[in-house]
Amino acid sequence: MTEQNQKNVLLSIRDLHIEGYTGEEWLPIIKGVNLTLHRGEVLGLIGESGAGKSTIGAAAMGFARDGTRISSGSIVFDGIDLTTASREDKRALRGARIAYVAQSAAASFNPAHKIIDQHVEAPVQYRIKKRSEARKDAIELYEKLRLPNPEEIGFRYPHQVSGGQLQRAMTAMAMACRPDLIIFDEPTTALDVTTQIEVLAAIRDIVDEFNTAAIYITHDLAVVAQMADTIKVLLNGEEVEEASTEEMLDHPKEDYTKSLWAVRSFKKPQKARPKDSEPLISVRGVDAAYGGGLKVLDDVSFDIHAGMTVAVVGESGSGKSTAARVMTGLLPPRKGEILFKGEVLPPRYRDRSKDQLRQMQMIYQMADTALNPQVRISEIIGRPAQFYSGLKGTRLKQRVDELLDLIEMEPSQYYNRYPPELSGGQKQRIGIARALAAEPSFIICDEVTSALDQLVAEGILKLLDRLQRDLGLAYMFITHDLATVRAIADEVVVMQNGQVVEQGPKEEMFKPPHHPYTDLLLSSVPEMDPNWLTRLLEERGVDNVGEAAEV
Amino acid sequence: MGTLLRLIAMRLGLGLITLLIVSILIFFAVELLPGDLAEAVLGQGATDETVAAMREQLGLDRPAPIRYFEWLGGAVTGDFGQSLVTGERVSSAISQRFANTLFLASYAAIIAVPLAIVLGVIVALLRNTVFDRVANVLTLTSISSPEFFLGYILILFLSVRWQVFPSNASLSGGMNLDDLLYRTFLPALTLVLVVTAHMMRMTRAAIINLLASPYIEMARLKGVPPWKRIVHHALPNAWAPIINVVALNLAYLVTGVVLVEVVFVYPGIGQLLVDAVAKRDFPIVQACCLIFAATFILLNLAADVGSILTNPRLRHPK
Repeated sequence: MTEQNQKNVLLSIRDLHIEGYTGEEWLPIIKGVNLTLHRGEVLGLIGESGAGKSTIGAAAMGFARDGTRISSGSIVFDGIDLTTASREDKRALRGARIAYVAQSAAASFNPAHKIIDQHVEAPVQYRIKKRSEARKDAIELYEKLRLPNPEEIGFRYPHQVSGGQLQRAMTAMAMACRPDLIIFDEPTTALDVTTQIEVLAAIRDIVDEFNTAAIYITHDLAVVAQMADTIKVLLNGEEVEEASTEEMLDHPKEDYTKSLWAVRSFKKPQKARPKDSEPLISVRGVDAAYGGGLKVLDDVSFDIHAGMTVAVVGESGSGKSTAARVMTGLLPPRKGEILFKGEVLPPRYRDRSKDQLRQMQMIYQMADTALNPQVRISEIIGRPAQFYSGLKGTRLKQRVDELLDLIEMEPSQYYNRYPPELSGGQKQRIGIARALAAEPSFIICDEVTSALDQLVAEGILKLLDRLQRDLGLAYMFITHDLATVRAIADEVVVMQNGQVVEQGPKEEMFKPPHHPYTDLLLSSVPEMDPNWLTRLLEERGVDNVGEAAEV
Repeated sequence: MGTLLRLIAMRLGLGLITLLIVSILIFFAVELLPGDLAEAVLGQGATDETVAAMREQLGLDRPAPIRYFEWLGGAVTGDFGQSLVTGERVSSAISQRFANTLFLASYAAIIAVPLAIVLGVIVALLRNTVFDRVANVLTLTSISSPEFFLGYILILFLSVRWQVFPSNASLSGGMNLDDLLYRTFLPALTLVLVVTAHMMRMTRAAIINLLASPYIEMARLKGVPPWKRIVHHALPNAWAPIINVVALNLAYLVTGVVLVEVVFVYPGIGQLLVDAVAKRDFPIVQACCLIFAATFILLNLAADVGSILTNPRLRHPK
């Protein structure tokens, strides 16, 4: 390292060890990580959940979350060792010289105060600016981040502003004291792809403009490729490798990194509709609303054929999940009908026969909350088997074993366990087994992989694919992740604002010409190419990036 | 704002229905008590004829539902009938006593509520320190001691040993406010000791409950000092549970003070109720119970509205 480079080092972490308290003992979370960050450099930290990315991000601020402690190593920020600095000294750095942007802006803004009042808190407290100057500066930052109505938006409460706007407002807040370093902790993970672009572009511009150094934490490789100069890959609290972004994308050295890169390669062959067959499920001209409110679905129609996978895609709020609620009878439609094998289903699930109910099952996004933590696995899977098929005693146990085998979990090992003892992927498998227990012909999968890490999600997709081939199941796959659609869909239904804007076989959908909205969705999916964002912004023209100024 | 008003109107309607049901319960519960005024007044030597004549004279011989509606009709207009013992109008017998009780309750509340909330904030800030533990032990002790016991302890030290405050809080006409506050200090202090603990512990719990939320962590990572994190960031979001506990304790201050009033010979509504039950003076018993029920319902309503008003999502709709 040259001397010039040495001087430019802003943050230097050496042999960092962090431990977490389990209630009985301290276990290592971070096992000796080194990190060097120069002024103005953006470092991407990637890895699966549990890899320790966020823990390192917090440690860079000298902060250990409750139940964790920095057990050894040094964290030197601009000559100050944060592991030995006093509590007051560390506090004086936070917000002023090191700022933080959290994953969920909606949860990280205080619901009781106006956005701009939270923005000016740090600069006023550190006496960097007077309140009125800080406000003026906030409005300028809002404008730079292309927030609509920058003059006015800060005077709203957080719940009055959309998620993507809040995330930009939080980035503005981090900039309030013009810090030397910002920690971005998965800032776009909770956003739709179309919104993600705006936030990514805004973050990148402002980081460039003020030459701020940043640690960008994410599990999304394509996102980090757009943002970072250098990428560090983490696994179970240890560094796997570090290299410049281009080097890392083109020539990953370690097997683990390669496996991360390869995840997106799973793709099943596309199936075509059988000729002149009747659809298994038909949604015909459905309008739906919650209570007396506005229409959430507007004249929605699509068919799902036996043994096929139909992906329903769209941003949050486009009506995907509502369509599922109407199909299962949880929400009776205002207009239109649901047909099963050509037969009209009663609108309410209460009025449907046991056989009609059995045919249609659901798997949920959050396996955590969809499984009762107090009930044994055997009972979670056994209950629908008993309810629909009337199995009892040894035959019931046999059936549960069979189902556990189907989802590739050893029956003897899991039969008597409870959901909290399982990993996220295993819980989702139990959710699948529970749906299968009813022997359905059709399963609605509502964002079943979006809460999972890529490798685990890939396993679930492969399992679902195998089950489809073995059992001839039809799937409706609700998702906002187009990579998932590419991997497993036969047909695609694109929804926007409660309407179906386009539908057809997958290959056609991914080939131009598209409906403009489909085009927007497709082009918004980050690609591994580090120049993707720049190119896209040029194509779209910068002014088109921000949400339309209507609020 | 329209939805908010509708919400309040709905709660108010529900409160009225509850009050109606309670009035039925009160009236018929009193009916179920063995014996009545006629027997009580005439004593054991009375013949059946004299008792019957007495009942007729008092109107007790008519069917209960008719008497209920007559009573309810009167109660709505503030007329609770006449005391069966003294013949005085119930409304005038109660009004002064109720005013006294409200005075004592407000006196205690004005000290206890701010004290409890400030202490709650302080112990939340100093959680798990010696101060927190000591405050917890002391308040737990005061909450678990019966109030008459607390009252006598206070009398023992503050009036008998050191003679700072009078032990007898009976009132006489023409007392000015200073006098009044001085004479009623001990019963008020007793009540403060009883209710502070509950409110303080809820304030502490409501705040600590929020400290794990992302926006508190965000404040921490913005360098906001600890006291400001609690007062400025946590407290505004903790009002709903605190307000509910405060309302519950205010209701207790009005309706649960019988023992304290007896200990300090304070002419409040609780003492009146106890006397009336002993003398089987049903109109007064019923009126007192109805007033207590109305107080409870009103305070809970206020708490509901208060917690709605502290929710920014409802105060500033999209």
